[in-house]
Amino acid sequence: MLDLQAVSKHFGGVRAVDGVDLTVARGQILGLIGPNGSGKSTIVNLICGLFPLTSGRIVYNGADIADLPPHARVTMGIARTFQNIRLFGQLTVWQNLWVAQNSSEQRKQNFLKRWLGGSRSAREEIDRTLEFFDLAHKRDELAGNLAFGEQRRLEFARALSAKPALLLLDEPAAGMNAEEIDQLDGRIRRMRQDGITVLLIEHHVELVMSVADRIAVLNFGQKIAEGTPAAVQANPVVREAYLGTAAAA
Amino acid sequence: MDFYFGLIQIIGVHTLLGLSAYCVLLTGQVSLAQAGFFAIGAYVAGMLTVIAQWPLVPALGVSALVAGATACAVGFPALRVKGLMLVVATVAFGEAVRLFFFNFTYQVQAGNIRLGPHGGEGFRQIRYFPENGWTTLDVMLFIWAVVALVMAGLWWLNRSRAGAVLRAVGEDELAAQSTGINITAVKISAMTVGGVIAGIGGGIFAHYTTHIEHVQFGVVLATFAIAYPILGGLSNVFGTLLAVIFIQGFLIEGLRFMGDWRNLLFGGLIVLAMNVRPRGLLDAGAMLALKRLFFSRKERSDA
Ligand SMILES: Nc1ncnc2c1ncn2[C@@H]1O[C@H](COP(=O)(O)OP(=O)(O)O)[C@@H](O)[C@H]1O
Ligand SMILES: [Mg+2]
Repeated sequence: MLDLQAVSKHFGGVRAVDGVDLTVARGQILGLIGPNGSGKSTIVNLICGLFPLTSGRIVYNGADIADLPPHARVTMGIARTFQNIRLFGQLTVWQNLWVAQNSSEQRKQNFLKRWLGGSRSAREEIDRTLEFFDLAHKRDELAGNLAFGEQRRLEFARALSAKPALLLLDEPAAGMNAEEIDQLDGRIRRMRQDGITVLLIEHHVELVMSVADRIAVLNFGQKIAEGTPAAVQANPVVREAYLGTAAAA
Repeated sequence: MDFYFGLIQIIGVHTLLGLSAYCVLLTGQVSLAQAGFFAIGAYVAGMLTVIAQWPLVPALGVSALVAGATACAVGFPALRVKGLMLVVATVAFGEAVRLFFFNFTYQVQAGNIRLGPHGGEGFRQIRYFPENGWTTLDVMLFIWAVVALVMAGLWWLNRSRAGAVLRAVGEDELAAQSTGINITAVKISAMTVGGVIAGIGGGIFAHYTTHIEHVQFGVVLATFAIAYPILGGLSNVFGTLLAVIFIQGFLIEGLRFMGDWRNLLFGGLIVLAMNVRPRGLLDAGAMLALKRLFFSRKERSDA
């Protein structure tokens, strides 16, 4: 579904991402782990088109999308969350999902309906999503006034508003407690059931190991391993670079 | 009495000007081009009623279209730059428009006088209202009918998905892009709507003052345009109206006795207001408090 081919991104002298090949297969949950600063978020930003590649290709459903603007990629079915939450704090919870209804299907609606009123089905979709994320009772609150865990959920919900085929989650569990992580685990599994492909970036090793079908490991902008969770966990290179340091810390 | 009518007319026209800047400001862009669109509206509408002998309403329609089209065209290059650079670019545009009208002469002979814009001397004798027997009261009612219409339209837009999208872009462009919003299209649309409103405002202005000239459309007017929504806050169109009443009614007219010191006080008060209420007089918090007041009353009467 998504193919990164020898993708590099350099910021001045910093090789944030350095010749990474990565394949996300349709219907899978691919975990992407690696120490802080290893280039995980940069990969998400490149897939979303927030800045140009230094070199390489990004192929989505057979087409090179490297030159498309970010909003066009969302319309093609790629949605994301941010590691450091970026909600529209001055909009209500409900409005945060409303503005994000930008799938190709939603764009086909009658112009006036889409921009002024909003169809009944569009409204019902928002209500359902809020229900799924246990945010229905907060629908009219300003997003900026939500508690941290709720904001994380709303980010996830907003990403789903555009009906993505590929969902990029950048450290969705950061700052969450055990119970919240458990719920998140369930919701990510639900994505797979619904046929959504997921690229899950996570620091929380247990969560990734539990939900991911495959795991890729980054270190200093390079992919150092890839395989099933068990294989990655057993890989000595990975243990040294990442799991080892985590265990030592 | 005429003094108050005059003041109420000024407030109406400046509300339109402020609302045109409000549209653009919703997307987070500080534009000082609004006085330019206002000037275009004024000259176009004036020329249509005076030279082409059109009735007022279609003339205002055309001035809205011309100003809107200009805003759209200016939006493409201007909105590629942000923040201070956008301020500079839009000031440059506003000044270019002003200088254009400073040099623009297009007059026709009508009996023993010549009518139409005459360069630096301006455009005199825009006498549609007196010629058609409109009283000052008629003019005032007409202006406020237009203001009410525009405010209702924007109020409705605010509650629509389009309004939420404008605010989303204003709050965080990067997040907006990442949720699939085409921010360039949104910003240019806002600029265009702002241009349309400024064009209508300018067209009305030309007719009630009957005499326009380039100096009226300079940076000072552009600054007023943007000061209204900044002071009034973006949560609501009424904030802009309140700010216009405050600035035009109180600061400019009410404090006329202070002479030139007024300008100093004016600047000081704006700085003070923005420090005390950085999101404007009527911000989201104030609106929420007002709503609570209203709803808690209702609950009590229910109980
Ligand atoms: N916009 C940017 N400008 C400059 N350097 C950046 C930028 N984004 C990321 N970096 C650098 O790229 C490297 C990888 O960062 P990042 O992708 O955020 O890592 P991770 O998400 O794995 O923690 C870091 O050294 C970071 O400082
Ligand atoms: Mg990161």
